[in-house]
Amino acid sequence: MKTRRTANIILREGGIGLALILLIVFFAFTADNFATLANVRNILNQITINTILAVGMTFVILVAGIDLSVGSVMAFSMMAAGTVLKLEGLPINAAIGLGIFTGLAIGMVIGFLNGWISEQWKLPSFIVTLGMLNIARGAALQLTEARTIYQFPTQFTTFGTTTIFNEIVPLIFLVALALVGVSWFILTKTVFGRLIYAIGNNEEAVRLSGHTPAVYKVATFTICGVTAGLAGLINMSRLTIASPIVGNGAELSAIAAVIIGGTSLFGGKGSVIGTFIGACIIGVLNNGLTIMGVDDFTRQILTGVVIIVAVILDYYRAKFVQQTAAA
Amino acid sequence: MTKINNILEIKHLTKRFPGVTALDDVSLNIRRGETHILLGENGAGKSSLIKVISGVYAAEEGEIFYNRARYSPTRPHDAIEAGIQVIHQELNLLTYLTVAENILFEKLPSRFGVVDQRKLTEQAQALLDEVGLEVSPGTPVEQLGVAQMQLVEIAKALSADSQVLIMDEPTATLTSQEIERLFAIIHQLKAKGVTIIYISHRLQEVFEIGDRFTVLRNGQVVGTQPLDGTKISDIVKMMVGRDLANEYLFREDVARGAEMFRVEDLQVADGSSKVSFSVKGGEILGIAGLVGSGRTELLRAIFGADAKAGGRLFLRNQPIDVRRPKDAVRQGISFLTEDRKEQGLILDMSCYANITVTNLSAISQVGLLQAAEEQQASNRLIDSLGIKTPSSSQLVRNLSGGNQQKIVLAKWLFRNTNLLMIDEPTRGIDVGAKYEIYSLLWELAAQGKAIIIVSSDLPEIMGICHRVIVFSKGKISGEVDRADFDQEQILSLAYQEYIQE
Repeated sequence: MKTRRTANIILREGGIGLALILLIVFFAFTADNFATLANVRNILNQITINTILAVGMTFVILVAGIDLSVGSVMAFSMMAAGTVLKLEGLPINAAIGLGIFTGLAIGMVIGFLNGWISEQWKLPSFIVTLGMLNIARGAALQLTEARTIYQFPTQFTTFGTTTIFNEIVPLIFLVALALVGVSWFILTKTVFGRLIYAIGNNEEAVRLSGHTPAVYKVATFTICGVTAGLAGLINMSRLTIASPIVGNGAELSAIAAVIIGGTSLFGGKGSVIGTFIGACIIGVLNNGLTIMGVDDFTRQILTGVVIIVAVILDYYRAKFVQQTAAA
Repeated sequence: MTKINNILEIKHLTKRFPGVTALDDVSLNIRRGETHILLGENGAGKSSLIKVISGVYAAEEGEIFYNRARYSPTRPHDAIEAGIQVIHQELNLLTYLTVAENILFEKLPSRFGVVDQRKLTEQAQALLDEVGLEVSPGTPVEQLGVAQMQLVEIAKALSADSQVLIMDEPTATLTSQEIERLFAIIHQLKAKGVTIIYISHRLQEVFEIGDRFTVLRNGQVVGTQPLDGTKISDIVKMMVGRDLANEYLFREDVARGAEMFRVEDLQVADGSSKVSFSVKGGEILGIAGLVGSGRTELLRAIFGADAKAGGRLFLRNQPIDVRRPKDAVRQGISFLTEDRKEQGLILDMSCYANITVTNLSAISQVGLLQAAEEQQASNRLIDSLGIKTPSSSQLVRNLSGGNQQKIVLAKWLFRNTNLLMIDEPTRGIDVGAKYEIYSLLWELAAQGKAIIIVSSDLPEIMGICHRVIVFSKGKISGEVDRADFDQEQILSLAYQEYIQE
């Protein structure tokens, strides 16, 4: 009985954490140069953007929505911020401040529109954000007529390229980590977070309890938009360029991280911690397979397999938890 | 001595689930051609027994003899093959298919592999006539009401030429007229020699159709008796193991105070009739009427759950503006919906989260949840309402129907309510829990709250209400005070507008 309860807790809370550890152990033994400090830095760099996007996505998926536009919004925010950064005649610090503001504001406005349109006309967010995916990508390309923007002030790019703790941990990764922490706090400790989960579980019951679910749902899309804008800024700071083709397909990696992390596409169940681990799994898998010399195509196939296996495992996990809860 | 002819002999059946023994050495004989009533509170083991008989579960111990042969179905299909058909409480119809396709789903008539539409319609029509359902066989099932779906289920069961027909609470969602028709069908089936096992929570009705009954409690058989010569109170005593002197406990001592709430000329939709009534503090007002007569729609319109076409609401004689549920909740109006699971509860969240959702500002500061206060507040309500749960963090899904209803009650009490509107307060709840819900309602009335109850269970309304308003086709067709309660009169008022056509 006791072992079963322990197993239950591990399954419920740490199942994917365990999977991540196994994956790391596997690569550490099979892939040369995987378990090196330089590679750890690589992985942390690689998972940062996806983590940021996936955290925002978690909010939306928790209310049973979806945001397909984050990759494009990220690019559009980036191009707009990049254009502002290059404005002539502004003091450098003012340009940086204005650029950051522009990037976040664009993400916020588009996210709000995604949510508001979905709620106002009772449209599936899948459709609305699919439209927005095209709009934002088009806008990003149009802004510079598809040209890449180079040579940003070093004050801006230093942040994206600095590493601390013996040059292992990129600063930008700490931003992602802080975002995970803040989001975890919001979702588990605040009234807002409580209502997000409640709406995802049973929107009508929440409405009939005297709340206005639409407001909260729009808020989740707005948050998701802001994180997409943030991802754009950080990506620009790290790559030291702004390219309108960045983030193509990024929404799918973000959704994959959320799903692998155990958040239900039907809403109401899941956590940002899970999402973070999901993003780590995708990052480690990509990195490990690359080091092992597995080609791009095979890697993509394996990533797909992992997503499906994760969902199947989640099915058994849910069943197991239900059985032990009944006991 | 004539030998008794048993169609089903159940011997020492035991079925365990982790932590719970659902069936504990159950032995029971069902006679050929009888209507056998299965009674017991929720969780007593009725459903488990039926699931074993119909091949959904396998029992750990014991055996079943069917027509004197050993019978051990391993899947539902085995039971259907053997001629044992179950009509489940949750309807299992394919909503996008037509009535005819549903009825004959197991054996669609076909020519060269293509469904023979003409034959399908003919055969379905014959079965529809038999159950007296007047819809076209080509109607998609999603367009039917719950009662009509129930009749489709029965027609489907008839199509299989069953020897044993098991009905799990078939009347829970039916109006009295429909129940009468169902009973007529049951009598016909009986005349044809079909054995019927019938589960119900409505004790009054089982006397009309049953021959013998068996009471289960905590997975054990309490006893099997003929219904002839048995009193309801005897059955209740067997079911709960104690005496429930007055099931509805009307409390004479609760005085009706000043008017709490008034509705003037409320129009649910454009063109519908204008409705006016009022309810006093400390009063329990019943709204009777047939299913579909507009009672639920009225409550939803008052609460702001659906937009209304017109009308004024007054709370303590002050006009109030209710456009959304949020406005109603702010005014201290509560609405306990008919469908608890879909509209009242967040099933996959904890008891405390369900209780506090109506008033999150009471357990938070600047938007931060105060976990200790939340636990305290919800535990207080769990205790005072006698909600049986291992802890306040248990998921509501895992509670019994009665305790789930108490959680809904608790969530509204957490928000100091003035007016409680309750749609079908005890549907699907067992006798013991019903009794507790009624006494809770009376406690609330004694505190001066106004209570409006919509119920299709007429004895329930007559049992607990001070006054009854009868709805007929969206209109108030009459009002009856407790002193003049008369079942026939209330029923004729309920039918009034339908007959005048």
